[in-house]
Amino acid sequence: MRIFCPHCGERGLEEFTYAQDAERARPTDGGATPTKEWEGYVYLRDNLKGPRREYWYHGGGCHAWLVVERDVSTHEILSVTVP
Amino acid sequence: MCITLFNYQENLLPAMRYSFLSVFTQALRGHTGWKPAWRKAEPAPSYDVVIIGGGGGGLATAYYLAKNHPEVGRIAVVEKGWLGGGNIGRNTTIIRSNYLLPGNEPFYEFSMKLWEGLERELNYNAMVSQRGIYNLYHSDAQRDAFARRGNAMLLHGADAQLLDKAQLRREVPYLNYDNARFPVQGALVQRRAGTARHDAVAWGYARGADLRGVDLIENCEVTRIFQENGKVTGVETTRGTIRAGKVAMAVAGSSSLLAAKAGLRLPIESHALQAFVTEGLKPLIDTVITFGAGHFYISQSDKGGLVFGGDIDGYNSYAQRGNLPVVEDVCEGGMALMPMLGRTRLLRSWGGIMDMSMDGSPIIDKTPVDNLFINAGWCYGGFKATPASGFCFAHLVARGEPHPVAAAYRLGRFAEGRLIDEKGVGAQPNLH
Repeated sequence: MRIFCPHCGERGLEEFTYAQDAERARPTDGGATPTKEWEGYVYLRDNLKGPRREYWYHGGGCHAWLVVERDVSTHEILSVTVP
Repeated sequence: MCITLFNYQENLLPAMRYSFLSVFTQALRGHTGWKPAWRKAEPAPSYDVVIIGGGGGGLATAYYLAKNHPEVGRIAVVEKGWLGGGNIGRNTTIIRSNYLLPGNEPFYEFSMKLWEGLERELNYNAMVSQRGIYNLYHSDAQRDAFARRGNAMLLHGADAQLLDKAQLRREVPYLNYDNARFPVQGALVQRRAGTARHDAVAWGYARGADLRGVDLIENCEVTRIFQENGKVTGVETTRGTIRAGKVAMAVAGSSSLLAAKAGLRLPIESHALQAFVTEGLKPLIDTVITFGAGHFYISQSDKGGLVFGGDIDGYNSYAQRGNLPVVEDVCEGGMALMPMLGRTRLLRSWGGIMDMSMDGSPIIDKTPVDNLFINAGWCYGGFKATPASGFCFAHLVARGEPHPVAAAYRLGRFAEGRLIDEKGVGAQPNLH
């Protein structure tokens, strides 16, 4: 897997650190069922096959946080953007 | 190995038993008289219990359900591929019960005891070898943590022994004791731990379940889980509809995908773990060794290959392969520990998909859907748990309440804050 960093160009995976799913939305205060909402945010995952957007950190390069769209079934990188 | 001459179990016809006598007789006949170890079953329209997943967990569950709880009725195992074709067929074969936390240690020690009697129980040679495991420590703090873990193991009836450097050096002389960065100071050793032949475990449970009347149905993928009024009623499969009184899921690696068919979201992410084997060598490592300064574990198979592994790749994946940075990291760990490994040639590496749970511990529980049960989240430690996982899941499915040693593995523990986090890293599955 190689990731094309918008700042540094195409680099090997060892320069990057995976952080998390970029789509998870933090619950707002004052929800009707806070325990359920926080359980869903902190612990539960859709974890499906196919493309998903993720945060990656380019620690071995420009130190930027990137949003990488990647297919978890094939490891294909579909897009890389700066959030 | 188990050689039994006259101890015929009930339900097992003498002709089906493996024994010294049967091997000897077959040898005289040129091994032409062996029968298949289990039937190829066709799906019936309905069962009392349908177990989804024909891997170690599902087959062990079927065996213990049929043996310990015959009152449940007719049982089937449906498997999308072939029996034992998933993670039970591609792991590093280590069995051990060296855990710290009270939610874990009694369960894994129960599993260890089942391993010790497994071959006699199944009349099948699973090549269980109690060759011991050495967890190396490299600092004073790590020694203290290992002493605490060893004491926890002793309190739960397991065996543990803390070795200092001189004692360890006598037993395992070939480590790099001069590593300036990560000096080997000693090890926590569990002498009853060891390895088992992973495929044979699946095959032994399959044969045992089949002999007790369980239908083992291969090439049968579940495509839908039917529910009525919040209660499971059956499954749609690629080989037709099967009605079921109870449905038990044991599909680690694909748990989230299957649970989604029942409308559930799980505290699980799928990650790739790689493992490695070298070309066959003469006997070199007669035990299991883990490097405490990195993540590296190694043993030698009976065919002579050095079998080793390390961390998961660290990002979500359903691709059954990993990437090169982890290969490099694992090999660096091996070289730091045993420089002699640099002379060996890697024969194969492979990847499998792990159910990484949010606290690093498994789930054996009911689900919000009545009569739908789940056995999942084994991270990359499921193999050693196979016997107890099946035993406790069968108990749960039959009686509707958890087995005492698996009582902490609840699906609801995350919302309640009752995590079983051996490593203490929180809800970061890629770090467990």
